Order: sequence, then structure tokens, then C-alpha cells
Amino acid sequence: MTNAAAASEAPMVLADRVSKSFGSNEVLKSISLTVPRGEVMCLVGPSGSGKSTFLRCINHLERVDAGRLSVDGVLVGYEERGDKLYELKPREAARQRRDIGMVFQRFNLFPHMTALENIIEAPIRVNKLKKDAAVAHGKELLARVGLADKADAYPAHLSGGQQQRVAIARALAMEPKLMLFDEPTSALDPELVGEVLDVMKGLAESGMTMIVVTHEMGFAKEVADQLVFMDGGVVVESGDPDEVLGNPQHQRTRAFLSKVL
Amino acid sequence: MSDSGRSATPSRVSPDGASQAEAIRAIRLRHPWRNVFAVVLVAMLVLFVVDASQRDAYSWENFAKFVFDRRISEAAGYTLLLTVYSMVIAIILGVTLAVMRLSDNPVVKGIAWLYLWVFRGTPVYVQLVFWGLFATIYSTIDIGVPFTEPWLSFETSDLISVFWLAVIGLALNESAYMAEIVRAGILSVDKGQDEAATALGMSWLQTMTRVVIPQAMRIIIPPTGNEVISMLKTTSLVSAIPFSLELYGRQRDISAVIFDPIPLLLVASAWYLLFTSILMVGQYFLEKRFSRGVGQARPEKVDNATGAIPLSTGVITTPGTERESGADANGDTDAPGKDH
Repeated sequence: MTNAAAASEAPMVLADRVSKSFGSNEVLKSISLTVPRGEVMCLVGPSGSGKSTFLRCINHLERVDAGRLSVDGVLVGYEERGDKLYELKPREAARQRRDIGMVFQRFNLFPHMTALENIIEAPIRVNKLKKDAAVAHGKELLARVGLADKADAYPAHLSGGQQQRVAIARALAMEPKLMLFDEPTSALDPELVGEVLDVMKGLAESGMTMIVVTHEMGFAKEVADQLVFMDGGVVVESGDPDEVLGNPQHQRTRAFLSKVL
Repeated sequence: MSDSGRSATPSRVSPDGASQAEAIRAIRLRHPWRNVFAVVLVAMLVLFVVDASQRDAYSWENFAKFVFDRRISEAAGYTLLLTVYSMVIAIILGVTLAVMRLSDNPVVKGIAWLYLWVFRGTPVYVQLVFWGLFATIYSTIDIGVPFTEPWLSFETSDLISVFWLAVIGLALNESAYMAEIVRAGILSVDKGQDEAATALGMSWLQTMTRVVIPQAMRIIIPPTGNEVISMLKTTSLVSAIPFSLELYGRQRDISAVIFDPIPLLLVASAWYLLFTSILMVGQYFLEKRFSRGVGQARPEKVDNATGAIPLSTGVITTPGTERESGADANGDTDAPGKDH
């Protein structure tokens, strides 16, 4: 198939002059970014700079107003036929989202399900996996995030760090080709941040393509292949993390870094 | 305040527990007037009961004669049937209306709102009188293409019995209240839940049935229990249709024959009390069950008269802003929700 051929060569995420407004508030202004396969990109910047919105556009939780955004060579949320764009049906949009894992700032675990049930829900309902297979895979994933003994615990009985690790396992259960992290450690007590970052580091080392919105500069420096600094809905600066953090070219980057470092 | 209190007994906070202050053994504060009031209340109650047991107007021998009368117990059965049928229909309709009100389509939303406006804005008694006149207003029910000869035509009075008119009248009124209860329940579920399920590739229906509704149930169950109890009592109004085989209508018919209304009113009241007591016990256990695993007390009670959720849950007034503020509470404000 020509599509598959195109997909294997395309970068995992390609954003070409992406814009997004909420009413008259332009949140993203012509963002162009590329995330190659297997790389980790960290998005940093002050609150309200559009980082989270950009992340949410990638799996079509928000709709893009202008520009083109594609994941693995396939346009997100729309289909291009001739010179017209057609909005995807909910079923097709859901199919695209299956391949993209997302981890939220506030975990968003399902509180009425145990850790294991949280993980196997989507594989069983969406991927129509047999329950035994889903449970086996789910337990594997729990072990991978260091929570093998918490399979039957409800989210309310887990610490924030444990909940976020379950949330990562839940996203991984769909075997995504891309993982999005929306400030995964911002809602955690300081002493719990490390355990979540360790899981993410392991994931990065295993070759997962990741986009991470974060305020953890240490993590960004260590793990990111590419660091992007956003402010006011535009990409102010991007490049090698050591360079951006060590020798910021732009005044706004310097001002931001002096506050967070 | 607490600081000064702590410094007064510094030994209390010593971590090694070596010198713990002795427990306070003070004389308990007395409440003499409270006791007086309680005694007066009990005295009045006893007086009333003694008086009532001897008063002729209550005519207790008639009460004893009719309380287990076959006609009355059958009427009690009709009351229960009316309650169950109309509640089942009201819940199904209510869920439908709630989903319609949360729709993005302004027409669907508007029609649901119009329904609620009419059925909550007029008294249920008036609505029941209207349903009683249904056969007068629509004497035949025709099936076919509008403005042409109907294929089939039914006499309305043959098609729908008075009993079912009563059920429909009660159910349609109640569904408006159930819609608000269900809607409040759905809105009480954090928007992040919906997003997490969507991000996992779950469809709208899967998200609703597997994630949102199970969590909404905790909010929906207690007020629905109240609505059932309220419905049981509201069935007494179907005499407006007029349908008179249920408790209130039946006792009124009997008392009209024996010229003694008071003991029969007591009979009907006793049956209503029996049923509501059973329902209240059932509701207690249901509420306990649905607040399991949630580290908080029982869900808030609902105003019985209106069926509205107290505003402290903050879900009725401005759902959009309410739900977003939670998601953004921890800092980044650059992710407002979808358009509302």
C-alpha cells in the first residue's frame, strides 16, 4: 500500500503551521514542529503558552483551525479528498486515538475500577482482546511500572505517583506508537515525582516516541532529544536541550529559565 | 487560637509520650430547659394518643374493619403498580431527556428544554386532568400519511384504559424531574474521565456506559429514591383523571357509601406509611451500597419537593466553567475544554 510506504518514512509527528483559537483567543499561532520516530520531545514554557493545547490537538481532543497536523504520515482528525478536507466520523477519530497514548496531569484513572481493570478496559472494549490475554498483558505492564502488587487496588487507595504509573500502564496497554504526557508530574508531591520520571525514562530508553509537556528541566535535559520552548502560542526556541537550556538565544527563554532553574 | 491552646499543654505534643497530660474529667454541662421541653413534648403526645383512642370521630372499629378489607388491599396493589410503572417509564424518558439536554445540537437541546419547561412548570394535578380529557381532545388515533385517508383508525377510549392514562400522566410529569437528576449526575463526573476514555479510543457509547454512568449513579440514586417515595404519594392525585381503583380513590368511594370518611382516611394513611417506610429502609441500603469505596459520607440529600440537587455540587448552574476549573486547578490554563 502506498499509504504504508508513506507512513514508514514520515516522521511520527509533523506539525505544519498549526493554529488554534478558543473564541477570539488565539492559543496556537502557526506552530511547526517535527518529532522523528523514536525520539523524545519536551515542551516547556509558562502557563497559558499553548503547550497542553498543542498536545491535545495531536490526538484530536481539540480540533485544529489552520495548518496541517499528521501522526505517522496520517492527517489528524480530517481526511483530504481532492482539495477538500472532511472531518472524520467519531469512529474513525477513535481509531486514530488508539495508537496514541495520553497521560494526564491529574491521572484521570477510572475511580470505580481497580488498577488492573483500568488497564484492561480499553484493550477489551476497543481492541476486542480476550480477557485472559488482556489480564496477562495488564499484569505485565503493572510489573513494568513497579506496581505488580497493586493490581486489585482502587485508585483512591494509591498515592499520586502510583496512580500516575497506573495511568502510564493504562496508556501502554493499547500498544501506542506515540505517547503524550501532559505535565505528568505537576500534580504530584515533590517526593513522588522521581518514581514517575523513572518510568518515563525507561520508556524513552525502550525507543518509544514521546512528547512531554513538563516543568522538570532536569528530566528534559537528560531524556529529551529535542527541547521546545513555547510562549504566547508560538515556538520561541527549539533544539538540543543542552543548548537551549545552557545558552538560550531569546530573551523570553532566558527570563523563563531564570525562574524555573 | 490553636497555637496558644497547644502551648498551654506542651506535654501533649511531646513525641516520646513520656509526660502525657492526664485526661480531663470535668462535670458535664447540664441542659435543664432541653429536658423540660422533651418532657412537655412527650406529655402532649401521650395526651393526643389517649384522646384519639377514645374519640368517636375516629371510629376505630371501622378502621379495624376496613384496614385489611379486600378492596383496600387490592387498591394498595394498584397504588404500587402505578408507582412502579410510572417510575420505570419516567427513568427511561428522563435519561433520554438528560442526554438530549447535553447534546451539541441546539434543536435537540431546545426541545428537551421545552419539554421540561412545560412539564415542570404546570401542576401535576392539572396535567392529570388534561390526560383525563385525552379521549375528548383526540377521539381517534389514526395511522397513515398526514393529510390523507388514514390506513388505521382507533377509538382512543378503546386503545388506552384509564389506568394507563394515569401511568402516562404521572410518568411524563416525573420524567422532567428525573431528567434533571440524571443530568446533574452526568455533569458531576469529572470531564477528565470522559477525556481519558476518549483518548483510549473508546466510543461515546462505551464512554457513557462504562465510565460516566457508573460514576454518575452515586449522585443519581439517592434523589431517585426520594422521587419513588414522592411518586407513591402523588398517585393519590390520579382521581383527577378520574381513576379511582388506587388507595385514595377506593377509600373515598367506600367512605361515601358508609358515610364515615375519617376511619377510611386513616386506613389509607396507614397503607401509605407502610409503603414509604419500606422504601425508606430500601433507600438507606442502596445509598450505602453506592457510596462504597468512596472516602466520603453519604451523598447529599435532595430537596424532596423539587427534586433539585443542592447547588453546593455546583453542577446545575454553569456546567462548562465548573468542569474546566477543576482540570486547570493545578496550573496550566492553556487547555480550556471543548466549546460549549
